[in-house]
Amino acid sequence: MLKKRLIPNIILNEGNVVQSVNFKHTNVIGNAVTAVDFFNSWAIDEIIVLDVSRTRKNREKFHKIIKGLSKRCFVPLTVGGWISNIDEMKLFLKEGGDKICINTEAVKNNSLIKESSKFFGSQCIVVSIDVKKNENQEYEVFINRGKDSTGLNPIEWAKKIEKLGAGEILLTSIDKEGTKQGYDLELLKKITDNVGIPVISFGGVGKWEHFVDGINIGNADAVSAANIFHYTEHSTFNAKKFLFESKLNVRMQEFYKLPTPRRPKYDEIF
Amino acid sequence: MISIIDYGMGNVRSVSNAFEILGADVEIIDDPKKLTNSEAIILPGVGAFRDGMKNLEKMGFINKLKEEVIDNKKPYLGICLGLEFLADKSFEGGETDGFGWIKGEIKKIETGNDELKIPHMGWDDTIIKKNTRLLRDMKNPVFYYLHSFFLEVKKTEIEHIESICEYGKTKIISSIHKENIYAVQFHPEKSQESGLKLINNFLELIKEK
Repeated sequence: MLKKRLIPNIILNEGNVVQSVNFKHTNVIGNAVTAVDFFNSWAIDEIIVLDVSRTRKNREKFHKIIKGLSKRCFVPLTVGGWISNIDEMKLFLKEGGDKICINTEAVKNNSLIKESSKFFGSQCIVVSIDVKKNENQEYEVFINRGKDSTGLNPIEWAKKIEKLGAGEILLTSIDKEGTKQGYDLELLKKITDNVGIPVISFGGVGKWEHFVDGINIGNADAVSAANIFHYTEHSTFNAKKFLFESKLNVRMQEFYKLPTPRRPKYDEIF
Repeated sequence: MISIIDYGMGNVRSVSNAFEILGADVEIIDDPKKLTNSEAIILPGVGAFRDGMKNLEKMGFINKLKEEVIDNKKPYLGICLGLEFLADKSFEGGETDGFGWIKGEIKKIETGNDELKIPHMGWDDTIIKKNTRLLRDMKNPVFYYLHSFFLEVKKTEIEHIESICEYGKTKIISSIHKENIYAVQFHPEKSQESGLKLINNFLELIKEK
């Protein structure tokens, strides 16, 4: 039976791993290679890396980081942020990415979802939806790193994303993100009830129970978080153990004897 | 030298990374001529069957692959699309011919259950059907799958099935082995410890051959 996935989200601003609170990215908390090394050693099931830089000025650096990360990442690697065309998608896949996450451009240009899903296969395309409650207290989709309103209803948008051929949805609650209060379960449930493609829940995890709620109450296929993994010791291991002990169908790490110098040296990568 | 074919369809770098960390001598190639000196051939790929076949054909790989794998019997490891191409044809994006090395067709997964979504994406239990060199030392491995289509083989090929993965009412052939042809539907390069173990098994069986 398909396992529920645990996914650390590494948020990069100008090439540094940053803490994210309601989409404001201030605290630099380290470098991405160390983060991946650390996550990869434990039973995490996937890694998402998002470039949230304000400009494309340091885009080359981001590409270099993805290339470096993929050398030591033996779980699926999803790359997102600033991606607006098939050519750059190809480049990321060539650099070692496995899935491409699009957001702003997908809203502006719906056909990008269709074209990219057709070219790379649905399973390669993750559409990220950032949701915030607007002045009327209604859920609304925001783009441009949470800055610009779109007038889109997240449920209708999610259905359209599925129809256009995307393979997966990364759902983020901007209001909850960084608050440690748990996922927006109401929003999550609304989306998972209305689409057939897998939904990754992100934004707000402050304790391991929140992952369990995301799966049991929100019906998420995968649960993701960022800050909590960086600030908690043995974080992914303990998170996985907690999910396992909560009787969720998750993957536990298998170990084999392999003849490997398992870690490439840092300077081999950069 | 082990050749990994890059035909513009996905995760080539991931595959070479996994082989490299196990100490293998691999090269990513986009020129069919290079297969002449390969010791083994890896055909990975994520994406649409039709585009993949088109690219292989355009780059001149189809005939060269046949020469090296079928005539010269070089070990072949197909990953995901690299497994699907083995079939006679696929119904993804219209009917398209495959290599026809294994009698069968590529069909869309039907789970018969709305809860089980397509694509079949994520970590799933793999049931080993017989003693295999590729899955040696493994009991109930969990591998990473990512696909919407699967291989359905003709009766004569059933004996070559090494492992399956049950997804709703679809029994997905997760690995198959016929002579020098090995193929997996899942992604060993993305299946952490279990995947590296499988790749290491492949490296060992090349040496043993």
